[in-house]
Amino acid sequence: MALKISFAETAARVPPFTEILHVSPDHRLHLSLSFANYKYLFTDEVYGVAYLYSLRTAFFSTLICLALGYPMAYAISRASKSVQSVLLFVIILPFWTSFLLRVYALEGIIRDNGLLNTALLHLGLIRHPLHIMRTSLAVYLGIIYSYLPFMVLPLFATLEKLDHTLREAAADLGSPPWRVFSEITLPLSVPGIIAGSMLVFIPAVGEFVIPSLLGGPDTLMIGRVLWDEFFGNHDWPVASAVAIAFLVLLVGPIAIYQYYNARQLEA
Amino acid sequence: MEGRNSPLLFAILLLGIAILYIPILVLIAYSFNASSLVNVWGGFSTAWYGQLLHNRQVLEAALLSVEVGFVASTGAVIMGTLAAIALIRFNAFPGRLLLTGMVNAPLVMPEIITGITQLLLFVSMLQLLSWPHRGFTTIVIAHVAFCMAYVAVTVQSRLQSADRSLEEAAMDLGASPARAFIDVTLPIIAPALLSSWLLSFTLSLDDLVISSFVSGPGAGTLPMVIYSKVKLGVSPDINALASLIICAVGVCVIVAGVVMRRTERRRMLEVQAAGR
Repeated sequence: MALKISFAETAARVPPFTEILHVSPDHRLHLSLSFANYKYLFTDEVYGVAYLYSLRTAFFSTLICLALGYPMAYAISRASKSVQSVLLFVIILPFWTSFLLRVYALEGIIRDNGLLNTALLHLGLIRHPLHIMRTSLAVYLGIIYSYLPFMVLPLFATLEKLDHTLREAAADLGSPPWRVFSEITLPLSVPGIIAGSMLVFIPAVGEFVIPSLLGGPDTLMIGRVLWDEFFGNHDWPVASAVAIAFLVLLVGPIAIYQYYNARQLEA
Repeated sequence: MEGRNSPLLFAILLLGIAILYIPILVLIAYSFNASSLVNVWGGFSTAWYGQLLHNRQVLEAALLSVEVGFVASTGAVIMGTLAAIALIRFNAFPGRLLLTGMVNAPLVMPEIITGITQLLLFVSMLQLLSWPHRGFTTIVIAHVAFCMAYVAVTVQSRLQSADRSLEEAAMDLGASPARAFIDVTLPIIAPALLSSWLLSFTLSLDDLVISSFVSGPGAGTLPMVIYSKVKLGVSPDINALASLIICAVGVCVIVAGVVMRRTERRRMLEVQAAGR
C-alpha cells in the first residue's frame, strides 16, 4: 500500500513531460512547443538574472547562518544536560511557529517606522530612518532569521555525538584550544555543516514568501518569478519550464544532502 | 558535553536566540496597541482581538485551515507510518531506494516546486478522471503528500530504536501479525505518532505556497488570507491574529514537549527497572 501511495507521489513530484504539455494552451503542438518554452528561458534575461540572484542570496545567507549557527550549536553541545534540553527547545520552538507570521513579525522590526529605526532615532545614532525594507538586505535578514534553526539543529546533532575524549586527548598532548578545535572538532563536524548548509541553501534558493514580503522590485528570486509567471501571467508552460530548470539546478545540492543524511543514519 | 562555555560563545548563543525571538515578542506587543498607527503607542487595548471576531473572511479561512489540518495530518500519519514500516521492516524489496528517495524528497524540495507539480498533476487528473476538483480535496491531498515525509522520518527513527523481539514474542505466543502490531508495536510508536501528527498539523496550518497553487476559487486557507492582507500593508488586526496563532502553537508545542519528555523518562525508568 505504501508503495502504491508513493507512486502517486512520484507523479506529483515529477510530472511527466507530456503532462506539462497537457495544460499548455495549444494541445496540438507537442515536443516542439515545450522546447520553445525552454528556449524562452535563455532569450529573456530576467530568468538568468533571477537564477543567479537566488543562488547568490541563498549562498551568502547560508554562510552567515553557518557563522552564527556554528557557535550556537557548539555552545549548546557544551552546556550541561538539563540546560541543553531547554536551549534546544528554545531553538526548536520558532521552527514550529508559522513561517509566514515570523516573516511578517520581522517586517515590524525593520520597516522604516519599525522598532529598529525608532530605537536608533531615539538614541540619536541616525538622523533619518534606515531603508531596509524592499532591499536585498531585508531578504538576507529574512532568510537568516527564518532558517537559523535549520542550521543549528543538524550541527548540534553532529557536535553532540562527537567523542569528547578525542578533544581531551589532544588537549592533554599539549594542543592549545584553537588547535583542538581546528584539527579535531571542526573536521569531525563536517557532516553536520553540510547537512545544515543544505537545509538552509535548498529552500532559500526557492524562497517565495521572504522576497515577496520583504524584498523590493530588484530582489527577483526565482520563486517569485515562478509565482508571477503562474499567477500573474497565467503562462503555465513557461512556469513549468522555469520549475524544471530550477529543479535541475538543485539536483546537485539535494543529492549531496541525501548522501550525507543516509551516511549519518547508518552511523 | 561538559566544560565551561567561553563568554564569547555564550554571547553569540544569546544573540542568536534574541534574533529568533525579538520580532515575535514585538509583534505580540503591537497587537495590544490601542493606536492603529504602528509606530505610536496608544495605550493597552484588546480592541483588535474583538474586531477579529467580526471578520467573517478570517473566521471562515481559519475554520477551513483547521479542517484541512485535521484531515491532512490524520491522513499523513497513516500513510507516513505505513511507509516507515515498509522501510524499516523490509530490507529489500523492489523500489526500496526509490521509496526512500521519494519519502525524503519533500523535506528538501522547495515548496514552490511541490506546489506547481501537484497542481499540474491535479489538472491533468481532472481532465482524465474528472476528479478531484480544486478546493478542499486538492489541498488535503497536497498536504498529506508533504506532511507524510515528516511523519515517515519521525516514525522511522522510533521504529529503529524499538525492540523487535517484543513483537516476535507476541507472535510466538500466538498473536496474529495484525494483533501483535496493534497491541505491541503501536503503543511503542504512539509518542512518535502523536508528535508527528502535531507537526503535520502545524505544517498544514502554516502552509501558504502549496495551498495557493492547488486551491480553487473560494477556498482560501488562513495563510492565504493573511498573505493577501499583509501584502496590502500592515494592519493591526493581523497583529492580533498572528499573536493568537503564535501563542496557540506555542502552548501546544510546550505541552507536547513536556508530555513527550515525561513519557520518555518513564520509559527509561521502566527499561532500567527491567534490566535489574
